[in-house]
Amino acid sequence: MTLPKAVLQNLKKVIRDPKRLLTREEDLLSYGYDASFGFYRPDLVVQVLSSEETAAVMKLANRYKLPVTPRGQASSLSGGPLPVKGGIVLDVSQWNQKLVIDPEDLVAIVSPGVITAAIDDAAAAYGLMYAPDPGSSHFSTIGGNLAENSGGPRCLKYGVTKDYVIGLEVVTPQGEVIHTGGRTVKNVSGYDLTKLIVGSEGTLGIITEAVLRLVPRPPATRTLMVSFNHFVDSGRMVTKILTSGILPSKIEMMDQASIRAVEAYRPLGLPIDSEAILLIQLDGHPAAIDEEMLKIEEIAKQLDAREVKDAATEEEAKELWKARKLVSPAIVRHKPTKISEDATVPRSKIPEFCRRLQQIKEKYKIDLVVFGHAGDGNLHPNIICDKRNKQEMGRVEQAIQAIFSAALELGGTLSGEHGIGTMKSAFMAQEFSQETLDMMERIKHAWDPNHILNPGKIFPEPGVKLVLSE
Amino acid sequence: MTDDPANKLAYDETFSCIQCGTCLPACPTYKTMGKETQSPRGRINLVKMAAEKKIPLEAIREPIDLCLGCRACERVCPTNVPYGKILESAKEALFEQQKDASSLLKRLEENLFYKQIFPKHQVMAVAGSLLWFYQKSGLKNLAHLTHLTKLLPENLETFERATPDVHVRGMHRAEHVKNETAANYKVAFFNGCVMDAVFGRINDMSVKLLIACGCSVVIPPKQTCCGALHLHGGRRAESKELARRNIEAFEAEAPDFVINNAGGCGAMLSEYPQLFADEPDWKARAERFSQHSIDISVLLAKLDLPLKKTLNYRVTLQPSCHMTNVQKVVNEPIRLIQKLDGVAFHPLDDPDFCCGSAGIYNLINYEPAMEILDVKMADVQKQNPDVIVTTNPGCLLQMRVGIERERLQDRMKAMHLVELLAEACGIE
Repeated sequence: MTLPKAVLQNLKKVIRDPKRLLTREEDLLSYGYDASFGFYRPDLVVQVLSSEETAAVMKLANRYKLPVTPRGQASSLSGGPLPVKGGIVLDVSQWNQKLVIDPEDLVAIVSPGVITAAIDDAAAAYGLMYAPDPGSSHFSTIGGNLAENSGGPRCLKYGVTKDYVIGLEVVTPQGEVIHTGGRTVKNVSGYDLTKLIVGSEGTLGIITEAVLRLVPRPPATRTLMVSFNHFVDSGRMVTKILTSGILPSKIEMMDQASIRAVEAYRPLGLPIDSEAILLIQLDGHPAAIDEEMLKIEEIAKQLDAREVKDAATEEEAKELWKARKLVSPAIVRHKPTKISEDATVPRSKIPEFCRRLQQIKEKYKIDLVVFGHAGDGNLHPNIICDKRNKQEMGRVEQAIQAIFSAALELGGTLSGEHGIGTMKSAFMAQEFSQETLDMMERIKHAWDPNHILNPGKIFPEPGVKLVLSE
Repeated sequence: MTDDPANKLAYDETFSCIQCGTCLPACPTYKTMGKETQSPRGRINLVKMAAEKKIPLEAIREPIDLCLGCRACERVCPTNVPYGKILESAKEALFEQQKDASSLLKRLEENLFYKQIFPKHQVMAVAGSLLWFYQKSGLKNLAHLTHLTKLLPENLETFERATPDVHVRGMHRAEHVKNETAANYKVAFFNGCVMDAVFGRINDMSVKLLIACGCSVVIPPKQTCCGALHLHGGRRAESKELARRNIEAFEAEAPDFVINNAGGCGAMLSEYPQLFADEPDWKARAERFSQHSIDISVLLAKLDLPLKKTLNYRVTLQPSCHMTNVQKVVNEPIRLIQKLDGVAFHPLDDPDFCCGSAGIYNLINYEPAMEILDVKMADVQKQNPDVIVTTNPGCLLQMRVGIERERLQDRMKAMHLVELLAEACGIE
């Protein structure tokens, strides 16, 4: 598409710093991707630093019916920031100036470009914590986290991003600035637009400021690693722990394929004939943790776990978590492409889901490893492939379809924490009835009558299939 | 079109990038320039697109030229993307593309010299040191530097006056220094050309320190420049030639260790095997050479320092990026600093952020380098040290520039780690 000349002229009046209006080819090409699949060249990149600027950009785009795609640091695994219809990429990543902690109200007030981990770091200075901890927390923006309603390991105990948002400033697709929620934990006035915007994947509005809830920082944490001869026992262990009055902050699982991959990559002394490992982190008062540790060790014994390793020091805990951290580099050593799915099932169905994943692995002859947040049923089946290999990618596309079907059949969902974006939109009709999808589309239309904000996401477009080969 | 320079790009390597974005906060130029184009992920994407001939090679020139090559991105990368290899391939392709380097020269003349170096005292200090060294070392044969040196005033003394710390000296150090007492190790010392030209005194101290710690030291006379600047300038062939000469020179001495005190050179020495991917014999020799080539701090940390003096310094450390990210040497310099009586160590909040020196980056890309230096100096000021310790000559010069820019020269100084250790051991 060609950008009307008047658009750029008008934008220059709004964005006074020419450095924040990117038009050079090499710049445009640098905003056409994220951590998922596909490449789409935008026609213009605008780096906004205020809600006034954002509103002005949206007004202009709405007048000329130009697609606008909001973008943080583009670490999305679902295609959220991809400008699939071209137009303008609205980059908020440089808008990181505001990060205010109010220890009395127990809130953080942030601009959208703040890096998520920076919020937790700032809160820590007051003995507080911002709980959501997506794997990308050290490089993703809070704006992106809010748009995608990110999760993370700690969500087992603390809940996901939306559970920590109590107020928003939002610029609508028509360029109005609205405020939702407020600064109170309890707030039932009117519709809960806050929760509607969070997780709407940047299709309803652009979040320009957020009020986030903070919680007291637990005084201590403790990590242990439990290994199992049989995979099913790891599932039983999760259930047993959660029904014995203990709520760990994290329960992460690694299957045999990921254990072996890590050991082959960097030997840590992991048991390679184990079918599963659970990494468990407890947090809270040290005395309570000590007691919970004993209980967990008792449960492990009952379930014939092979080994329980308890990290006595912070250093030892780091060493245990290293195994989980090394999964990613370990599994991409032989083939470069990694597709991380996040289909999620009810906790009780984890063993069955894992069994089906093994069948899918064999049926479609794909390299599949499974690890992730076992505690909340949010596993990450990762497919390792080579996107240059068309044949293989064809099989991968079929396998992904099969993974989604399995998760939905087991009462689960397409996405636990990555979002639908472009990667899963083709499967939406499988999870939702036509009536439900219609309702979602009506909401979209009410907010964005010209359908200019982040088009091509969430909703299945006629005839669009998942295509992974280039 | 096999002679298309774009074919030199490390295309296969670009596929190991999964575009996750982990590298963004680690990248100094992404921080100071604020756009994806100037980030590791952005550069890898552009190299890939140029290799696929979707964009002209020329489109990647600016982002590649503006990369510091600090390789902080490699250290945080969850999939171990060989960024250094991708960057070097791009430099090589761009060099091939534009051998006459006319536009670069134009930029150097206009921006660097007339606008930036001459009016600014502290830049002259750096430029003077480096340019003097280029003349001396033979590096001036590089096309852009040949021209660069032509722009110099007839009398290089102008620069030397601006650079009181530069001591013009040749390689007059004794070639073999035998230790009287029983030797711990036989080490062969790598001079490094900037180190030797600009900081010869630190090389002397290094040798004395090694001897004081019970080593016998050999300085192979036929050694030469490590070749890092050539490689970073896209001149792989010349770099390989220098590597061969060094490998031969050091093999002849059969030392226990090859010791260097310049993070950048040390990184290059450690990566010699990569230069000879298609020459198995040389690759094997390079591997043997690299395996026992280490930074001086690694060896000193293992030995007993003959400490004599209490130094009442508040010290911070600006580690060399190439030492941290390529040699993966992080703890040894800190351990050595912490051994010293009276020294209070206050680490930087973000030590892995490059200082902006980056070889000759601060000469060619003056403004961006100073913006990066300003970020670094803000961190330094928070620690309020008496001494900024560095582990590489380029960083040492850059930190001196930083101290002058912030007008802190009355209460702060930059020292090489070896100088600090030597002072504590009463070695001059």
